[in-house]
Amino acid sequence: MNKAAVLVIDDEAQIRKLLSITLQANEFTVLEAATAKEGLTLVANHPPDLILLDIGLPDQSGHEVLRHLREWYSNPIIMLSVQSNEADIVSALDSGASDYLVKPFRTGELIARIRAALRKSTVEENHSRLEFGDVVIDFSLRSVKKKNQVIKLTTTEYTLLALLAKNQGKVLTHHYLLTQVWGPSYREESQYLRVFIAQLRKKIETDPNRPVHIITESGVGYRFIV
Amino acid sequence: MKSLFKPIPRQRQYLISIGVVLLVVFSSLLLLDIVGHRAVAFFLLVTISILSLFLDVLPLILAALLSAVLWDFLFIPPRFTFSVGTPEDQMLLAMYVIIVLIHAALTSKIKQVQREVRKREERTRDLKFYNTLLNSLSHELRTPITTIMGATDNLLTSPNNLSEANKEELLSEINIASLRLNRQVENLLGMSRLESGAIKIKKDWVDVKELIYTVLAQFESTFNDHTVNVSVAENLPLFKLDFALMEQALFNLINNAIQHTPAGCAILIHADCVDEKLMIVVSDTGRGFPVKDVNRVFEKFYRVHGSRPGGTGLGLSIVRGFVEAHGGTVELRNLPMSGAEFTISIPAELTYLNNLKHE
Repeated sequence: MNKAAVLVIDDEAQIRKLLSITLQANEFTVLEAATAKEGLTLVANHPPDLILLDIGLPDQSGHEVLRHLREWYSNPIIMLSVQSNEADIVSALDSGASDYLVKPFRTGELIARIRAALRKSTVEENHSRLEFGDVVIDFSLRSVKKKNQVIKLTTTEYTLLALLAKNQGKVLTHHYLLTQVWGPSYREESQYLRVFIAQLRKKIETDPNRPVHIITESGVGYRFIV
Repeated sequence: MKSLFKPIPRQRQYLISIGVVLLVVFSSLLLLDIVGHRAVAFFLLVTISILSLFLDVLPLILAALLSAVLWDFLFIPPRFTFSVGTPEDQMLLAMYVIIVLIHAALTSKIKQVQREVRKREERTRDLKFYNTLLNSLSHELRTPITTIMGATDNLLTSPNNLSEANKEELLSEINIASLRLNRQVENLLGMSRLESGAIKIKKDWVDVKELIYTVLAQFESTFNDHTVNVSVAENLPLFKLDFALMEQALFNLINNAIQHTPAGCAILIHADCVDEKLMIVVSDTGRGFPVKDVNRVFEKFYRVHGSRPGGTGLGLSIVRGFVEAHGGTVELRNLPMSGAEFTISIPAELTYLNNLKHE
């Protein structure tokens, strides 16, 4: 299998070095850029499989670079930020970033995020079943079993779970989940999301208080982990 | 030197000065037949002397002039004119005016000295405050940096003299030090956000149970020495809060309990809705706080005397800042048997949507 190419756009040489060593150790090919301009040129000449994009670049903000790239580049882009500013993160995700990491982050987390972003959605791979822990989702039958027992889910619960599960490893924003499951007019009605996430956790998590599959991303959204 | 009495607002000082003079003048009118008009001058002098203890210079001068004019007009014969009949009375009036003006001058001098003393005291206090701050900050930041530099020096310069176990230990120390450094930076950033007024509250519906367990998940590995019990009231509604700010506030409260209670202590977290307000109580079974510190722990950079290293005295002031940003309060009290109890109370929009049946 060909090594996936990752482009790192970050003005800090130390961060580029760290990422480059980490990525190479995990069997990725690494390209580096220190400025937005350099990065955009590189993407145009050698489109990478994934981009790690710092929000605070010297010549242009990462947000602008992201919007620019999204006009023609469709591979995953993961934002790196020194600020855990939720509004900033949500706005990046809403304008097409696949994920985000706040510095300082653990390299293990970084690799997990990259792998999840590179993995094609379960549906695209034509998987009709997803197994995690003692739970099995059968997308073709729209059924969910835990310890071989069928779990009764309402239509909304199933839609929400299926959406999360099909995007395993990826963060989904509140806005995205609400629009996809309830419809565009529910975009701001996060109370429904809270209620249904709590219900889903009760049904599929072994300890609903310490969820291992439906993970809360503070102020941003939810992430499904297999 | 402290001012003798609590400062009185300026406007009220003028009212007092006019009122007291009028009162004494009126009483003297009643006594005039018995004591004669010269004794009245002494009543008024005593009055001005007493007023000089309370009043600033200008209200005092007003009282002095008003009393001189009224004494002349109402008491000195010929009465009800401003003319002064005898040379004796002329001299008396002149001396009266001089004495009350000296009073005013002395008062003004004393106030000036007081102001200077106060300013000097403030400067000393500020200096002491910044010294403590610098000490604790240097300690909190430099200790982990020293660890990181020392450990990497060892690993870089003499890797051959180190056993595998030693190397692993050094790496793990670097890890712990950077986590500690990160925590301090987090708190300093939180504080500067509060100080600069750059906190923008972004409220959204929050499942408080989810909030509490999200915070606890960050501790998982450090709970070995403590037991944590969570109790969330049944049918607790959803509240509109800033999830991230509340997360850091709760983290700091729980972290404080872990850091400053002996191993084996229990930490209890209880959430409830009381009078339409969200109440989160974090209590522990430690030794509680020294009585003199209970009211001061939320002050910036305040540290309980003799508490173990590992804090800058910022954690709890950030808790208060973030809770107050929600319009809420946080209080600390010592529990009757032993231990401390922090109570967060926040008036927030709420909904019982989560207690309904949903399809």
